[in-house]
Amino acid sequence: MSSTSSTGAGPSFGTGLPGAPIDLGRKARPAETAIKAVLFASAMLSVAITIGILVALIEPVVHFFAEVPFREFFSFDEGTRFAVFPLITATMVTTVIALLVAVPLGLGAAMYLSEYASRRARKILKPTVELLAGVPSVVYGFFAVMFVTPTLLQDILGLGVGFTNALAAGLVLGVMIIPTIASLAEDAFSAVPQALRQGSYAMGANRMQTTLRVVLPAALSGVAAAIVLGLSRAVGETMIVALAAGSQKNFSLNPLEGMQTMTGFMATTAGGENPVGSTSYNTLFAVGLTLFVITFVINMISIALVRRYRQAY
Amino acid sequence: MSIAATTARETVQLATGRSRERSPGSLVFLGLLWFSLFFGVMVLVVLIADTAIAGAGRFDADLVTRYDSTLTPERTGFRAGILGSLWLMLFTALMAVPLGIAAAVYLEEFADSRRWYNRIIEVNLQNLAAVPSIVYGLLAVAVMALIGIERKGIVLGGAIALALLILPVIIITTREAVRAVPEEIRQGSLALGATTWQTTWRQVLPSAVPGIATGTILGLSRAIGEAAPLLMLGLASSVRFDPEGMMSPITALPIQIYGLSSSSQDAFQEAASAAIIVLLVMILGLNGLAIFIRNKFQRSW
Repeated sequence: MSSTSSTGAGPSFGTGLPGAPIDLGRKARPAETAIKAVLFASAMLSVAITIGILVALIEPVVHFFAEVPFREFFSFDEGTRFAVFPLITATMVTTVIALLVAVPLGLGAAMYLSEYASRRARKILKPTVELLAGVPSVVYGFFAVMFVTPTLLQDILGLGVGFTNALAAGLVLGVMIIPTIASLAEDAFSAVPQALRQGSYAMGANRMQTTLRVVLPAALSGVAAAIVLGLSRAVGETMIVALAAGSQKNFSLNPLEGMQTMTGFMATTAGGENPVGSTSYNTLFAVGLTLFVITFVINMISIALVRRYRQAY
Repeated sequence: MSIAATTARETVQLATGRSRERSPGSLVFLGLLWFSLFFGVMVLVVLIADTAIAGAGRFDADLVTRYDSTLTPERTGFRAGILGSLWLMLFTALMAVPLGIAAAVYLEEFADSRRWYNRIIEVNLQNLAAVPSIVYGLLAVAVMALIGIERKGIVLGGAIALALLILPVIIITTREAVRAVPEEIRQGSLALGATTWQTTWRQVLPSAVPGIATGTILGLSRAIGEAAPLLMLGLASSVRFDPEGMMSPITALPIQIYGLSSSSQDAFQEAASAAIIVLLVMILGLNGLAIFIRNKFQRSW
């Protein structure tokens, strides 16, 4: 095997007998193989990251459960130092409020972009909606504390909320995930075949009826995927809830109260003076693992739903 | 597909006429859609206006040239945070960009998507893109422990966390850019005797550079605003010297904003508001650069 063939500079046609098939694919090319191996390794790194996350989280969690009994971690009692359920319910409260904001607004924006806007209007409007996703979450959190709670909730709406409350955090969280839901839902609406719309118009339906009764049901699995991904974003978002939702464990479903979410707890604990390896520090990883498992399951549901609508059309 | 869709939509408009589109129900529905579209923009306008007014008194040179100060809160500055964020961005890009491009090129040009391990990579990437950023912080903590660095809050740790965080973003956008290069270019190159790698390196990648650059810049603009993973790595909110190297303790602008927003002093709130505007300007600048590159250099085949 010559060095020229390994770099591919000189294809050697002379060796083939007349009529014999030339199979360049079989030719050994060490440099090519080495490059492919490097590229493959880079791609496998993403799998290594996932495994790394699991290992990185599980190791401290093993130490954690060696010192804290399961019953104390999986406890609803907010007075228990390591109880995780008050954090989960608080995450649920902020997430539900966020979805109440983001699902109607995100789907509305997606419907307009996909069914009403001209191609030129869409080219301008879509990046405008996506601007919202570019704002850092710490900025949203600051906005929730400085504007939404004192001005909107207390002064304008006259609600008796404290400095931190789940409502303000949830509302702002909802605004943040609008682009996530809008952009994925728009993809799903655009994937609905034009023939379905034409059939609907031919039956005398107008654009609203076509959008709501034909396009929306046809894109349902994609819309569901969009909502589920938005849900995952809301569950994992940290800075908004760390600033605006509260830093006290509170086992309550009342959105007007302050409560600490899973991510809020992690932000507070990491910022505190807990020595590495101590039980309080390892709580961080126990809550982190809980969060990772929850979002992992949610993401997998979303990926499966996307695959379903891709297969349908 | 989109061209076909647009022409089809225009025909439809002719066919249905306008009367049925003007029923009260339809108009209310259209109004609601408009509201959904512009609600976010309204929030953004209120956010920027409110923050700019709150921080109006602090748009001075001290804001970017001085370190933070507890003694003179009305003259506190964000020099360390701005420099820290820039350093983090540089090292994040150095780590994430080559790896991301290599992975994307493998998946688009070399991988056989019927193989089970390539399918696992695909699903795994989609999942990684939605893993909460705070979890990447915990992963970076473990990586730092693994390579035996105990110092907390340094450039290297923060950059590892942010690089891991934006790697899926870079891979996904690079794949789209590579996929947009027409098949004919590859076939022409292969027909002239080039190998797959030569085709990729000399034909596909140069054509995809604008798309890759756009995706990378957008990924970095996400990284620069992140605070949660950096909190896990123990970045302090108060640092009074410039970053000096990979092992230098630093702070970042979002971390400083987070640190100040829990303060009850008005002067600090004002400084935090002004710092938010600085951060937003940096992010808008990056986004503007990305849009400029896309419009100026992107080829359409």
